Amino acid sequence: MQTKRTTFTNRGLPYALVLPQLAITAIFFLWPAGQAFYQSFLRQDAFGFRTTFVWLDNYERLFADPSYLNSLWVTAIFAISTTVVSIGLALALAAAVDRMIRSARAYTTLLVWPYAVAPVVAGILWWFMFNPTIGILPYILDQFGYDWNHSLSRLDAMVLIVLAASWKQISYNFLFFLAGLQSIPHSLTEAAAIDGAGPVKRFFTIILPLLSPTTFFLMVVNVVYAMFDTFGIVHGTTEGGPAQSTNILVYKVYNDGFIGLNLGSSAAQSVVLMSIVVTLTVIQFRYIERRVEY
Amino acid sequence: MHKHILTSGVAALALCASAGSALAQTQINWWHAMGGELGTKLEDIVAGYNASQDEYDVVPTYKGTYPETMTAAIAAFRAGEQPHIVQVFEVGTGTMMAAEGAIYPVYQLMDDTGEPFDPNAFLSAVVGYYTDTNGNMLSMPFNSSTPILYYNKDVFEAAGLDPETPPATWEELEAFSRQIMESGAAECGFTTGWISWVQLENFSAWHNQPIGTLENGFGGLETELTVNGPAQVQHWANLKDWQDEGLFQYGGPVGGDNAPPMFYAQECAMYMNSSASRAGVVANATDFEVGYGMLPYYESVEGAPQNSIIGGATLWVLQGKDEAEYAGVADFFSYLSSPEVQADWHQFSGYLPITQAAYELGQEQGYYEANPGTSVGIEQITLNEPTENSKGLRFGSYVQIRTIIDEEFEELLSGSKTAQEALDAVVERGNALIREFEAANS
Amino acid sequence: MVENRPFLTFLSHLVLIAGVFVVAFPVYLAFIASTHGPTDFLSGLIPLLPGPHMIENYSTMLTEGVSTGGAPPLGTMMWNSLIMALTIAIGKIAISILSAFAIVYFRFPFRQTVFWAIFITLMLPVEVRILPTFEVVANLKMLNSYAGLTIPLIASATATFLFRQFFLTVPDELMEAARVDGAGALKFFRDILLPLSLTNIAALFVILFIYGWNQYLWPLLITTDADYYTIVMGIKRLADVTDAEPKWNLVMSATVLAMLPPVLVVIFMQRLFVKGLVETEK
Repeated sequence: MQTKRTTFTNRGLPYALVLPQLAITAIFFLWPAGQAFYQSFLRQDAFGFRTTFVWLDNYERLFADPSYLNSLWVTAIFAISTTVVSIGLALALAAAVDRMIRSARAYTTLLVWPYAVAPVVAGILWWFMFNPTIGILPYILDQFGYDWNHSLSRLDAMVLIVLAASWKQISYNFLFFLAGLQSIPHSLTEAAAIDGAGPVKRFFTIILPLLSPTTFFLMVVNVVYAMFDTFGIVHGTTEGGPAQSTNILVYKVYNDGFIGLNLGSSAAQSVVLMSIVVTLTVIQFRYIERRVEY
Repeated sequence: MHKHILTSGVAALALCASAGSALAQTQINWWHAMGGELGTKLEDIVAGYNASQDEYDVVPTYKGTYPETMTAAIAAFRAGEQPHIVQVFEVGTGTMMAAEGAIYPVYQLMDDTGEPFDPNAFLSAVVGYYTDTNGNMLSMPFNSSTPILYYNKDVFEAAGLDPETPPATWEELEAFSRQIMESGAAECGFTTGWISWVQLENFSAWHNQPIGTLENGFGGLETELTVNGPAQVQHWANLKDWQDEGLFQYGGPVGGDNAPPMFYAQECAMYMNSSASRAGVVANATDFEVGYGMLPYYESVEGAPQNSIIGGATLWVLQGKDEAEYAGVADFFSYLSSPEVQADWHQFSGYLPITQAAYELGQEQGYYEANPGTSVGIEQITLNEPTENSKGLRFGSYVQIRTIIDEEFEELLSGSKTAQEALDAVVERGNALIREFEAANS
Repeated sequence: MVENRPFLTFLSHLVLIAGVFVVAFPVYLAFIASTHGPTDFLSGLIPLLPGPHMIENYSTMLTEGVSTGGAPPLGTMMWNSLIMALTIAIGKIAISILSAFAIVYFRFPFRQTVFWAIFITLMLPVEVRILPTFEVVANLKMLNSYAGLTIPLIASATATFLFRQFFLTVPDELMEAARVDGAGALKFFRDILLPLSLTNIAALFVILFIYGWNQYLWPLLITTDADYYTIVMGIKRLADVTDAEPKWNLVMSATVLAMLPPVLVVIFMQRLFVKGLVETEK
């Protein structure tokens, strides 16, 4: 791991410096995570009166439970769709803004603010728009002969949460692509233009490859976002339905533990989630380290 | 109206009073799940109580939806931070009842504190849901309701139906719906809130069909679901056919958020939902006149109509507090169940009165005649003496089972399962949860 | 621009206008909804033009609130949100900059362990460990307090990383020069590193302010006293009512008010915001 060539030599000071952060991390992150790990081996009633140690029972049930396997599958579809939609749209917008000279800043301002909207608020906004009876979009879709009903159709429900989740993430991806595009030297595109490459060809043969580190990075970030930060969106719109078709892992943990009070199973799910987080974090970390080094 | 001004005046006074003498009083915490108008009314009632005496100070706190409130209370209990009183919805009853060390049964509380308490004063159809097998009241009913039928009189008239006659049976409801659609008076016949509560639990009770073994779970934790009987299967199959035909529109899972707008927007002519929705229906049905009826039944099913069962919530007292504080809780419960408070709450909210006296007070006041539809619920739950199929239900993990019911209903509507398959799956998946609950609680 | 292609420019404008429209539309609808009466939505299609009730709705929310919808006057809730957002932002920056300093400028036993302990929390969402965390906070008697609202959310791997990455880019010569001058570690930190980090701190502040403001599940769980409610949790409570219809006009006025501060921060501090965002993840 990187550090400075020379360092300070104080003995106690570094510990004092990391202490506040470590204390908070230990008390509010590691200890509860450890508790969840421990609880995943227990079977307990809601109030905590009767506790039995059941070894891996909770995990066995979990992986034998079709609804959990469904949730894994749903999460994968959701994360991939959200990533593709939000990255695709953001790239188109960033490429468009990059062409602008005078209006670039104004457009950027108009495009970035959804980042500041809380997920649960985004969920409520989209719920309101897509309500089958009072929403404006189902009405418009109806004019085209499509009967929108996300409380019944799995596809509609998935589309709804993908849209709401992507909406919130576009501004983030947009900014990264814009920064990436602006760091591409003009001489490169100019040289290609002189060689007779049209704008479309230049975009696909020069710009896109140069953006690939940014794209890769955004893919990881977006997958993590879709998996873990979208609780509020699902909570505000479909609440996991219909028939579990939008019950993503984070929501299922909450629902089984918080609403269903099935603590053992919820804890086991937490542990599975934590291992996914750790894996993704390590992937991201490798990437961060590599970027810093070149 | 005058009454409201009066209560809010009292509320304001109470606020001043409690600010002045808060130190000397014993504080009683009450966590509840009543948002909106109902919450305002609840606060008025509490303010009325606080103003009526100066020994206790009841502090109501809104804790979100029913599941959120219940979970918050349980989490708080585990951490030793529980409130004295928590409002728990009916499907949480099984969980609360199994937690013997956590709850302080109301009959015992009243007994221990020497508070005068007559269990017979309560309406058995309401409290029966919350008694143990010996008939002892475990929690204090607060807001209980039962599903009824709302219909659009204007649409009925436009369709050439008698606006004063709601359908009594499902056969009639089907014929009415078809006539409404064919005449173009409305786009759909009917919709419903709460598939699980209205179209399965109440449907079963109303047709005197068992929901589960051992008296719908009242008899013990080793109960099993039995909702895949022929009557229920036939009904769900019909709902699916009616949905395909457009007679019925699905309003969504859990409470069915999309159902009320369809009724208000006059898309659907009939609508089944809680009797406590009446205030909302009246406020939102701005362009048409609303009629009220009992739930429909199938003539072909023997024993129907029986009586409907309640939903809503009760107040549970949690263990771990001082005796003096429990005396306050008992005193407050006496106040809550007094005829005046009960009648006021019942008439304001549409929830059922919990005592005979409150119902009679309403009759004396001429309330039911002046407000059509307000007595349908109570007539419906007291239609017949409850049988073991219609007393209520009590299963562990029932919150999750409700979700399963919604999911399987959605499977049915999307065509991936038949009614029989969907209900078989409800039973199978539900029983697995009940077994798990049994294991964790014994 | 490499060459002038009017059609492409036109297309770009078109894409961008469509993009801005898509991005703004949900919020436009929320604003419209917040200007209507309570029954205008449920009995028909959502209106698309402002209605006459705007002042009424907003003043209701600001002065009275919906006491029982879990919403005291919005003023109180916005104040709490502000305290929460500020404390989290400042707290995170403070503890992160210190630990990043330790990790970069010192070699000490268990440095690697410390680093990973902080790192692992990077994306461990509150939702997946909510009950154990709640128990910890309750045992520490921090329910219903600003401390409970903020401290558990202050630990931040992200901010530590930003500072770590930034410190790595600070030329080593600066430190060597400071040491030649006989400056100790703390003096170096205060006089050289801190001033150099100001832009990063400001940028990070914008991001963390938004993060703190938008917290939802955590305040929902640990507050039972209306004096500590925050506005984002208040909105969902307004929208979830039992046996009644939500008052969409009020919900949406609260929504608009809740969005306003973080959105304004983003718009007016755009440069810092962009920097903060891009740097945190680099």
